[in-house]
Amino acid sequence: MSEHQNLTDVVMPQLAESLVSATIAKWLKQPGDKVEQYEPICEVVTDKVNAEIPSTIDGVMAEWVAEEGQKVAVGEVICRMAVEGQAPAPIQHHQAQQDTQTNAAAELTGDQSMRSRYSPAVQSLAAEHGVNLSMIQGTGMGGRITRKDVLAFVEKGGAARPQAGTASEVKSPFKDLPHANPAVTPEQYIPKPPQPERNSGLHMSESPKIPPIEVERGGERETLIDVTPIRNAIATNMRQSVSEIPHAWTMVEVDVTNLVLLRNKLKDEFKRREGYNLTYLAFFLKAVVNAIKDYPIMNSVWAVNKIIVKRDINISLAVGTEDSVMTPVIQRADQKNIAGLAREIEELANKTRQGKLKLDDMQGGTFTVNNTGSFGSILSYPIINYPQAAILTFESIVKKPVVINDMIAVRSMANICLSLDHRILDGVICGRFLQRVKENIEAYTLDTKVY
Amino acid sequence: MAVMEYIDAIRLAIKEEMEKDESVFVLGEDVGVKGGVFTTTKGLLDQFGEERVLDTPLAESAIAGVAIGAAMVGMKPIAEMQYSDFMLPATNQIISEAAKIRYRSNNDWSCPVVVRAPIGGGIFGGLYHSQCPESIFFGTPGLKIVAPFTAYDAKGLLKAAIQDPDPVLFFENKKCYKMIQGDVPLEDYTVPIGKANLLREGADITVIGYSMPLHFCLQAAEELEKEEGITAHILDLRTLQPLDRDSIIEAVRQTGKVLIVHEDNKTGGVGAEVAAIISEECLFDLDAPIMRCCSPDVPAMPISPPMEKFYMLSKDKVKEAMRQLAIY
Repeated sequence: MSEHQNLTDVVMPQLAESLVSATIAKWLKQPGDKVEQYEPICEVVTDKVNAEIPSTIDGVMAEWVAEEGQKVAVGEVICRMAVEGQAPAPIQHHQAQQDTQTNAAAELTGDQSMRSRYSPAVQSLAAEHGVNLSMIQGTGMGGRITRKDVLAFVEKGGAARPQAGTASEVKSPFKDLPHANPAVTPEQYIPKPPQPERNSGLHMSESPKIPPIEVERGGERETLIDVTPIRNAIATNMRQSVSEIPHAWTMVEVDVTNLVLLRNKLKDEFKRREGYNLTYLAFFLKAVVNAIKDYPIMNSVWAVNKIIVKRDINISLAVGTEDSVMTPVIQRADQKNIAGLAREIEELANKTRQGKLKLDDMQGGTFTVNNTGSFGSILSYPIINYPQAAILTFESIVKKPVVINDMIAVRSMANICLSLDHRILDGVICGRFLQRVKENIEAYTLDTKVY
Repeated sequence: MAVMEYIDAIRLAIKEEMEKDESVFVLGEDVGVKGGVFTTTKGLLDQFGEERVLDTPLAESAIAGVAIGAAMVGMKPIAEMQYSDFMLPATNQIISEAAKIRYRSNNDWSCPVVVRAPIGGGIFGGLYHSQCPESIFFGTPGLKIVAPFTAYDAKGLLKAAIQDPDPVLFFENKKCYKMIQGDVPLEDYTVPIGKANLLREGADITVIGYSMPLHFCLQAAEELEKEEGITAHILDLRTLQPLDRDSIIEAVRQTGKVLIVHEDNKTGGVGAEVAAIISEECLFDLDAPIMRCCSPDVPAMPISPPMEKFYMLSKDKVKEAMRQLAIY
């Protein structure tokens, strides 16, 4: 460690308006590790989102102030970083401290305007100990001699005649006037219980740990599982949606035979070139986004006395993990082609499963799509992602006998389900919307371009 | 001993007293089926039944009036005001009836009522959910007023208030409900009304306060000692009425420099009376002007977050005031 190193505090940032604290889940940088600006230094968990905290500066991790599992209020220091050479901009707190120190130093020699202003306490002590105040160096503001200065002087043996009377004997002339509150007498007080040993009722050093997801035995035939912050957030959102939004539901069946052929033709080449999968969902999303462009009311929010129609089409994608479901957002989905959507899907799904979603990834959704077919469902009744107007699911692709021109053919079929906010949307508009989604999907041919 | 939240300590105190004494009952808006808007009375209806846990109409004057009447004929009611902001329709009952009945009946009647009311802001509650009305009731002889800042004090003071033979206003801080945790004995204990509590010893400045801002004072004192070697002597008033004059005077004499801290606004607050006591009793011990760090004299708690932040005390504001006093 060189002499020129300066320690800089890194504080817990405000991750969202309503968050007052976050829990450190894992430190990603050990003390001694080199850290670049914006590089993640730790992971935090809140009841809204899991996020990584980026470093605010280049430097070396010096020490952790907060431990893993510790809940830290926004603005509190989580760690200190050492910075080589040039001092980082000192945070305000240090600045103020330096200012007061320099001020105090200047006052010792310079400003002496308060030098001969003696407070009652100073005069009492001086009289009591027979101290000549002109012999004392004042350390207070403007060179003022403080009570402590006199006491220190006396302690060093500066007093002429000690013990001429104590300050507490100097009484107010009003001392014996009956000004105690007569309505309350000491007899009315509750007898004092033995006071436990405590100077402060507070334990600032103690910090609550993350509630363990611990299975306890509650009776013979049931187990209790603690509700995690994420589970709690899901429960709150679902409940709010179901209790506030009058849900209605509708479903159409789509022939995806051509899409299956198209994807089979492209997928291997695509994977080789791009490094990620060309999923059915990308094609479905494109079809939905284009249909929303034709029926923008699908992309709206109920605001009691008006309906707000959003211009940007940001698709929330429901992604399930082992123990939760998250809805990361594909921003401006209408500006992306099928390949671009496939890439976004891959990235968001990976981030979700690795628990690396940032708050930005979760915000601004205007319409939700859930690929329920991925877990084998053929029909589902989704709950709207509050406060959006509708949610759409793609169900499993199943080969079925279908009648076309009075002949029976084997076709790949899939159901599309839509839950809608019946305050905003009605059957007719949703029927048209779903028909448009269906048309868009059935319009894919072997010639369709994904770029 | 158990570590519990401030709100749990309040609930426990009520529960213990109701179990111990048949004449204790609670009444207020939504205290029964809902268990209180903050869940302070949750579970009491199930345990004690609807005759001892009364859901009342939305009329604070009636809540206080019913409680006072019941108290005068021997019950020990705990009346809940949902927010202290809503308490003003009950001021007539509290100040003109509860506070005065012992005096005006020449000791024939008494009124052992407890009125609980959550005070304080910083919870984005705006005008109707953030006020500190201590100064409205403060200075009314015949009333006792307590304002705990830890879970331990909350339980002990509430039990003392319930057992007290005279009316007690119990001002609990709503921001402390969930934020503050601490060790609370599970056995029966009380914190005496009328006694202040020394939280911390120091040699440079004396800080006197009550309720939630004391947490800021303690944090600031910790930091000032570590960073600048300034040590603070901190006194929790605990009871606002009657003020513990002896403890105040003793604490002032330790340092001669006094800072009074509270969230209620500065003019006419409890701090003004504390300052008056100090100037009556401690003139020759003072080494600096008596300072107050309080919320500004603004008519209402702003709802805008930056303005709320401006209005509210914080660790940094208290710390700066403490530093200024220390270097005086």
